[in-house]
Amino acid sequence: MPRVRPGRIIAWTLLFIGGVIMVTPLLFMLSTSLKDASQVYDLRIIPAAPTFDNYIEILSDGRFTRWFVNSMIVAIIVTLSNVFFDSLVGYTLAKFRFRGRYIVFVAILSTLMIPTEMLVLPWYLMASQFGWLDSYWGIMFPGMMTAFGTFLMKQFFEGIPNDFLEAARIDGLNEFAIWWKIAMPLVTPALSALAIFTFLGNWTAFFWPLIVTTSAELYTLPVGLSSFAVEQSIQWEKIMTGASIATLPTLIIFLFLQRYIVRGVMLAGLKG
Amino acid sequence: MSVVAHREATTGGFWSRTSLGQKQLIWAWGFLAVPLLFYVVIRFWPTFQAFYLSVTDWTITKPAEFVGLENYKRLFADPLFWQVFRNTFVYLILGTPISLMISFIVAYYLDRVRFMHTFIRALYFLPFLTTAAAMAWVWRWFYQPVPIGVINDVLAGFGIPQQPFLRSTTQALPAVLAPAVWAGLGFQIIIFLAGLRAIPVTYYEAARIDGLSEGAILRKITLPLLKPTLVFLVVFSSIGFLRIFDQVYNINTNDPGGPLNSTKPLVLMIYQTAFSSYEMGYAAAQTVVLFLILLVISLVQLRLMRDR
Repeated sequence: MPRVRPGRIIAWTLLFIGGVIMVTPLLFMLSTSLKDASQVYDLRIIPAAPTFDNYIEILSDGRFTRWFVNSMIVAIIVTLSNVFFDSLVGYTLAKFRFRGRYIVFVAILSTLMIPTEMLVLPWYLMASQFGWLDSYWGIMFPGMMTAFGTFLMKQFFEGIPNDFLEAARIDGLNEFAIWWKIAMPLVTPALSALAIFTFLGNWTAFFWPLIVTTSAELYTLPVGLSSFAVEQSIQWEKIMTGASIATLPTLIIFLFLQRYIVRGVMLAGLKG
Repeated sequence: MSVVAHREATTGGFWSRTSLGQKQLIWAWGFLAVPLLFYVVIRFWPTFQAFYLSVTDWTITKPAEFVGLENYKRLFADPLFWQVFRNTFVYLILGTPISLMISFIVAYYLDRVRFMHTFIRALYFLPFLTTAAAMAWVWRWFYQPVPIGVINDVLAGFGIPQQPFLRSTTQALPAVLAPAVWAGLGFQIIIFLAGLRAIPVTYYEAARIDGLSEGAILRKITLPLLKPTLVFLVVFSSIGFLRIFDQVYNINTNDPGGPLNSTKPLVLMIYQTAFSSYEMGYAAAQTVVLFLILLVISLVQLRLMRDR
């Protein structure tokens, strides 16, 4: 088919231009973070004299490192908790037959209808009564399990043949070992999708961390960045450096794991 | 399912005398014990509590007392609430169709592109991985006047007059919405692409043999078969726009939701009522209203789109 299709070429070019426009804000952010105060008004994308001074200055004052670590701790623990509990519950609901199973499933699923914003005030009350305000646990506790993750994992566990589990049962494995050693390895694509979503959601979370933290040492990166930017006022190169520090980790992870992340989003979107 | 002949342990004791079915039951509830406790304490109890708080006059300083529907009456009589209500729906009514239209067009053509497909897809997807709070600052910088603001700088290059963007009561809301649409496109494109892939190639081949034009194939095959994907994205992105907060809060920290409340969405009003004015009971009533809005919008969308 040697037919020339100019339509295809035009479509490709427009798609490419659109894609470049999509990343332009990120390029401007990065380029400005590499400029010093005197170059900020020069709006060229490639800095005339790139410098890491902004990064050195911001990272050396210690706060960003602290916020970065806070965000990492929170996002990783919440992700591990979701991977463990959501799949345990999803597995139980998919593979055990017992009275009350359906009620438990519907009850968990019904929590999807309740927006976080409605629970925030009771959580705040609870956190202040138990002394959880301004602590890692206070930031983490609302997200330790999610109905979305449970539902996603249930869908995937339902696809595992019961024969596999029966065989393990006959070999004398207990039910916990059957779940952990036999069933879990069979759903790794779903687990990675769940992990990616949970990590990203917690890494970028702003509303609840803003409410529950009051001292700067416990801010997560988005909350810390917001307070930092307010204090920098119009020093845009500093603000863009902070924004880059908050954004780069997920972008770098994506460059390495693009295949898995895109597949994970598709899985979660279609099954969820 | 799984009651098979199982080699029974011969030793005595409770566990060995328990039948397989009973053992399964114990395991199941054992697995569910901690999660159920979590859902009761962290989800169900707070849900009921939110409804309860919405009929009290709870503030940080004094204990909650029952006041009936006072909070709701006050809210519905508050002109700020109606302004915020309107803003919230403008975010939804602009955001959802615009973002779905763009992402469908991109996905539709990207699906046919082989050359550098992964790379172009990555360009569109990258903004989805950003932190909204950080991106709001980047866009805030874009919207500045010359010489620092990139957009006004470009406009000046074309001889177009300077735009006030965030300082205008009419331009501020679309200006706040833009980064939200921008950041969400990548997700929608990926989901559309997955939906397009799921349509069997044979359908297209049959249509081409029947001599259908590309436009007819799009209308008669692609769009109808894409409906589940579309329903999911409409509901999902609508909920997102109705709950917009991070961008609005960060793009104008001097006067969040300003100028003159022209960009203030419901979630920001809730935040300010609860954590600036400390009127927790009143804020709780606002969260109940948000819940009802989300519920009604989702149900209406599901109903409308299922029927057609």
